[in-house]
Amino acid sequence: MERRRFLKKSLTLLAEAGVLGGIATAAKTARAEPKGYDPSKHRYGMGIQIDKCIGCGKCVEACKEENNVPRDVAHFRTWVERYVIEQDGGVVVERVDPGSSGSHEPISNENTVRTFFVPKLCNQCDNPPCVQVCPVGATFKTEDGVILVDADRCIGCRYCIQACPYGARYLNPLTDTADKCTFCYHRITKGLLPACVEVCPTQARIFGDIDSPASPLARFRRMNKLHVLKPSLNTEPKVQYSDLDGEVR
Amino acid sequence: VHTAAHAMLFLLPQTTGYIFPNEAEMPWSLLIVVYPYLTGLVAGAFILASLVKVFNVKELQPVYRLSLLTALAFLLIAPLPLLLHLGHPERSYEIFLTPNLTSAMAMFGFVYAWYLMVVLLLEIWFTYRRELIVWSQGERTVMKVVYRVLSLFSVDTSEESAAFDKKAIKVITIVGIPSAFLLHGYVGFIFGSVKANPWWSSVLMPIVFLFSAIVSGIALVTFLYMVLTTLRRERINMACLDKMASFLFYSVIVDFSLEFLDFIHRLYESEESIKILSELVMNRLFISLGVIQVLLGMFVPLGIMVLIRVLRLDEELRKLLYFVAVILIQLGIFATRWNVVIGGQMFSKSFRGLMEYKAEIGGMDGFLMTLVLLVLPFIVLTVLIKVLPPWDRPEGVAR
Repeated sequence: MERRRFLKKSLTLLAEAGVLGGIATAAKTARAEPKGYDPSKHRYGMGIQIDKCIGCGKCVEACKEENNVPRDVAHFRTWVERYVIEQDGGVVVERVDPGSSGSHEPISNENTVRTFFVPKLCNQCDNPPCVQVCPVGATFKTEDGVILVDADRCIGCRYCIQACPYGARYLNPLTDTADKCTFCYHRITKGLLPACVEVCPTQARIFGDIDSPASPLARFRRMNKLHVLKPSLNTEPKVQYSDLDGEVR
Repeated sequence: VHTAAHAMLFLLPQTTGYIFPNEAEMPWSLLIVVYPYLTGLVAGAFILASLVKVFNVKELQPVYRLSLLTALAFLLIAPLPLLLHLGHPERSYEIFLTPNLTSAMAMFGFVYAWYLMVVLLLEIWFTYRRELIVWSQGERTVMKVVYRVLSLFSVDTSEESAAFDKKAIKVITIVGIPSAFLLHGYVGFIFGSVKANPWWSSVLMPIVFLFSAIVSGIALVTFLYMVLTTLRRERINMACLDKMASFLFYSVIVDFSLEFLDFIHRLYESEESIKILSELVMNRLFISLGVIQVLLGMFVPLGIMVLIRVLRLDEELRKLLYFVAVILIQLGIFATRWNVVIGGQMFSKSFRGLMEYKAEIGGMDGFLMTLVLLVLPFIVLTVLIKVLPPWDRPEGVAR
């Protein structure tokens, strides 16, 4: 951090002198934090209650609207999966949010054992492989624990997309840079909730400060048995699930 | 955006099972197949050259300089596919200015610069220094200046200076071998260290990359030596050719053993990913892995070389069979790179579905661009051979 700040300063100085105008853009870091916001006072996380999700897909719509995510079926910051576990051991997974090709008919026959929905998004790992592999440090962990991408610095090599075990990243076709869920960083630093949490009609998504003893998230963490996705990879996700089925990856 | 969305609509039906939605678009295309293929050739050609200088394999002297020039020509083009594939190639310099030290990819610039500047260019300079001085004296045209500049205005042609050159070359080669290992082993590490991807994540990856690099480098120089010598209407030095084939034979065996070990290890451990990886191999990679990489790229050439050894075939037949073998090996190694890079992106990280890859014909990362990038090193090599002939210059020109 020290080194980058130093480089940033020296490069800006040079640019002001009119020497390195071109390189100056590289020195700008996308800081979305409003004035007076102290990131050291927060550590954000999300809780997802699988049993409360009804697969309506409002979160997906809200996310695309809020964050200008391409309106096609190949770029998502969050999406919802439906699992159908069958008697014979078969597992059928589909995306069920609006615009998906999957059928939205209720499934229930003698072969069905259990069905459930799983909202997915960036897990905001505490040990993020995407940050580790980024060659230029364009993707980074903020002090409050959110993983962000600096679109002015990203060179579009896509190594982070490869490194993410959850398929949470995509190359934004509008900017040709890596993109992903930010927990709606521009909202949460103003004290608002992420768009997906705000619109969820069943409160399946719970957002808050992990360390705060009085937040809804703290209550969620107290009242439920929790699990994370792909724990064997040691990514230490800050998105935690309750009632998570073993078939979910 | 519209064309991208359209492309997606075409791509989606080709997937089977469930894939994460962001996986419909393959992040690394054909160009990223070309990159490890080219750097592998560089490392392999250099290691062939160092067999002469460090291990004193006298028979290989005729291809020593050709190997060095081949390594240089391919090294000069190797970063191009990477650069062209970036979303923002104009920002690529950031890798040098603000490298993220935990990133394997960030080391690229330093490994590359080290190998180019400290190893290859230096060794080539010391190899050619004395001749450059002699050639510049024999020339009258603009080439006189070119040779003067290339010799860095060195003028000493004494025996002591030649002895120093020789010593320097030996030292550089000794540093060069681990550097060549580093160059390609590092490329293997870029893939091998991605824990999210079970097809890539393997500690063997850098070593497999290295040996396949040695295989491809020796095969390429053998091919070039045979073609160029025939074009110059000279006799092929059979002792040299047999020796190269013998090194090729052993490296293919090591390469195959390593890949087989990797295969057996995965099958035996049979982890969570084994089902989807089996489907990947049986459905998506059957031709490129089973047929091209293993059968045509390893078994047939190995069979050919065993045949040559057992039957003691005559010179003409040997040449023909070697030629066929090195072309097959080259094809096989390209398939190897394909199977790693594209294969590793053909299954979902949900382990529940397979994707498809269809390279475009045109475009920045299409088939035509790939072809251009594969031909370019040969054009660079032609220029290098013209300026720095790797064999004795024809009569009447200098000397």
